[in-house]
Amino acid sequence: MKRMMAIVEREMRKFFRSPALMMVSMMLPLVQLIILGNAFGGKIRGARMGVVDYDRGSQALRIHEAFDSIAVNIRTFTTVAYDDEQKAREDVRTGKLDGAVIIPAQYSRRVLAGDSPAIGLVVDNSDQTMSNSLEAEMQSLVEALNAPVIQQKVVQQIALEIVELYPYVEYMKYLLSGSIALAMYVAVMIGGGMLYIDDKARGVHEGYLVTPITKLELVLGLNLAGAIKAVLSGVCLTVIGSLLAGLGVIFHPITAMLLFLLILSTSIAFNGMMFLMMVRVEDPLVPRAIFGVLNTLLFFPSGAISPVSGFPKWLRAIAVADPFTYAVHGFKAILLKDGGLAAIRMDLLFLFGFGIVTLLIATPLFKRTL
Amino acid sequence: MNAGKPVAAIAVENIVKRYGDFEAVGGITFEVAEGEIFGLLGPNGAGKSTLIRMMTTLIPVTGGKAIIAGYDVSREPDAVRRTIGVIPQALTSDVDLTVEENLSIYAKLYEVPKAERQRSIEELLEAVDLLKWRGAQTKTLSGGMRRRLEIARGLIHNPRIFFLDEPTTGLDPVSRVAVWEMLNHLKNTRHLTMLITTHYMDEADRLCDRIAIVDHGKLVALDTPMALKASVPGTNVVEAQFTHASAEWPARLKQLSGVTAVESQSAGMYRLLTSNGSLTTTQLVEMAVNSGETIKSLSVQNTTLDDVFVHYTGRQLRDEQVKALGFVMPPRPGVQP
Ligand SMILES: Nc1ncnc2c1ncn2[C@@H]1O[C@H](COP(=O)(O)OP(=O)(O)O)[C@@H](O)[C@H]1O
Ligand SMILES: [Mg+2]
Repeated sequence: MKRMMAIVEREMRKFFRSPALMMVSMMLPLVQLIILGNAFGGKIRGARMGVVDYDRGSQALRIHEAFDSIAVNIRTFTTVAYDDEQKAREDVRTGKLDGAVIIPAQYSRRVLAGDSPAIGLVVDNSDQTMSNSLEAEMQSLVEALNAPVIQQKVVQQIALEIVELYPYVEYMKYLLSGSIALAMYVAVMIGGGMLYIDDKARGVHEGYLVTPITKLELVLGLNLAGAIKAVLSGVCLTVIGSLLAGLGVIFHPITAMLLFLLILSTSIAFNGMMFLMMVRVEDPLVPRAIFGVLNTLLFFPSGAISPVSGFPKWLRAIAVADPFTYAVHGFKAILLKDGGLAAIRMDLLFLFGFGIVTLLIATPLFKRTL
Repeated sequence: MNAGKPVAAIAVENIVKRYGDFEAVGGITFEVAEGEIFGLLGPNGAGKSTLIRMMTTLIPVTGGKAIIAGYDVSREPDAVRRTIGVIPQALTSDVDLTVEENLSIYAKLYEVPKAERQRSIEELLEAVDLLKWRGAQTKTLSGGMRRRLEIARGLIHNPRIFFLDEPTTGLDPVSRVAVWEMLNHLKNTRHLTMLITTHYMDEADRLCDRIAIVDHGKLVALDTPMALKASVPGTNVVEAQFTHASAEWPARLKQLSGVTAVESQSAGMYRLLTSNGSLTTTQLVEMAVNSGETIKSLSVQNTTLDDVFVHYTGRQLRDEQVKALGFVMPPRPGVQP
């Protein structure tokens, strides 16, 4: 026990003495979070748009005509008539609608009076791609309505007033789960994988192996240290990422607890996987070479960037065995849906199980000699 | 074990290590008595590290056996580990940790009780002259200081037998001498048995009570430095350089009294092994004068272990060393040792 803790102590002292590892492990996920969080988009088809018409005048009719033409031609959305703005907003929030257009009372009169009225657009910005598309479509529609050919003599400016349901960039929230997992992966890959092989190559292990430390103490010490590094990295990214994405849930004690459980189980799973892969490796080039491949192989199929349900069969098969998938699912359940323990039970079970099983396989493979 | 006969600190019997078809150590036998400093001398690739790694439980033994302080390395590796201290060939102290932290981690790995730990660290820092540097990060130390730190580290649990694999390789001459003195002092104050590998002749000569010369995984000679030097035919070495090299010189030099061997070196330089240095020198000078030849330089030395090595292996140790410079431990990326 004391000898195991000596290994952990050594690793942690090194870790805190050179903060580079911590920084490096968070750099990739943070850059990815910020860049992808802002840049992601796509073409939307067949969305449902609620239309609340408080005007029912001639100008409102022109909007309806334009919508019908959109539904038939570029098919971005089809419309559903609503009587009540409140109901429409509620349906956007719950996902029954992808967006809603509010045509205010007196709209036609104000257009004809040249009084620049605003059409309201309600979008669910937790789905950035969708809300961006709807906004763009509406913007071009409004521009068309403002065009002189259509407007004839009437001098008017119709503006689009966008009402976002949530105050912050929501795609970042969607990505955050993957970024937290990625930070832990990088921490394990560098702090557990690369440093481990480098130490081996430099003879640090030769120093350990002449002491009476047992194989189990050495394995557990190295893995405990690796998991602690990943946990620290995961906690840091959860906090920084949540602040960036404007998430307040981390300040809720129960949510924070569940997040910590997820971070812990993910760290153990990743570390076990890494140790199993590195247990017989001698060449310091190997972990560097597999870093990128493994990142792509595990991160992208996990549903971190796009939903697993859109994958072909073989990719889904990878997702099923990939600890990233469970980590990402778990973080999403807590961060986006406030799902509680029930929602992440299976994820925790898989991650802890995965970590323990990989460690159980790796331990006998670990050589107590050079 | 025979009753009455004192147990040797180290007893190696016909030990063999094979890597696939390659025999790195091919059946070596020797014993090291308690309190002795025993040197394993040989060029790079001779099998010294392999031998030491088998004796220190780092690699499995292919054949034969090694008994350390009465324990068989294959059967009771843990008991062996508790009685020995080991300094591996590579510098393995942690560059990111301080001198004191390096020692403290190893004290814990050896389960030195907390009460003893601090005192032991204090004593050893004093002994290796690093008290001033206890709080310094190891990466700021010179190579010689790092070696001394590792010597302290190897002794942190107060072992009886100390294995050092090339403790002075890569050090400058001043640091090397400092390490020798330190080792001598430690041996006397701590009643240690030491096994040191080296490819430096002068080091083996000055430090060791007995020397085993190893070459290609075989033991080619084993004795005290004195006896080894005496066993080489010729007790002196005469080196002479003539202004004009000539093909007949070797044969003529061989005729001088006492000469047992003549080696031609570069540019008119000859190296003579002789049993009587002064007589050979006198005759050599007379011969040169008679044939109208000028002697550019002349020196007489006692036989060195270099000559012993050449005698037993047929090769110059220095040549081997030049080749060996190609071997460097991979440094940690981004850190200059
Ligand atoms: N793990 C290994 N696998 C194969 N050959 C090895 C291994 N370790 C050492 N050798 C070979 O064994 C020989 C002896 O090496 P070593 O004991 O390191 O020599 P020395 O320490 O005397 O310089 C060398 O030829 C070396 O290449
Ligand atoms: Mg060696």
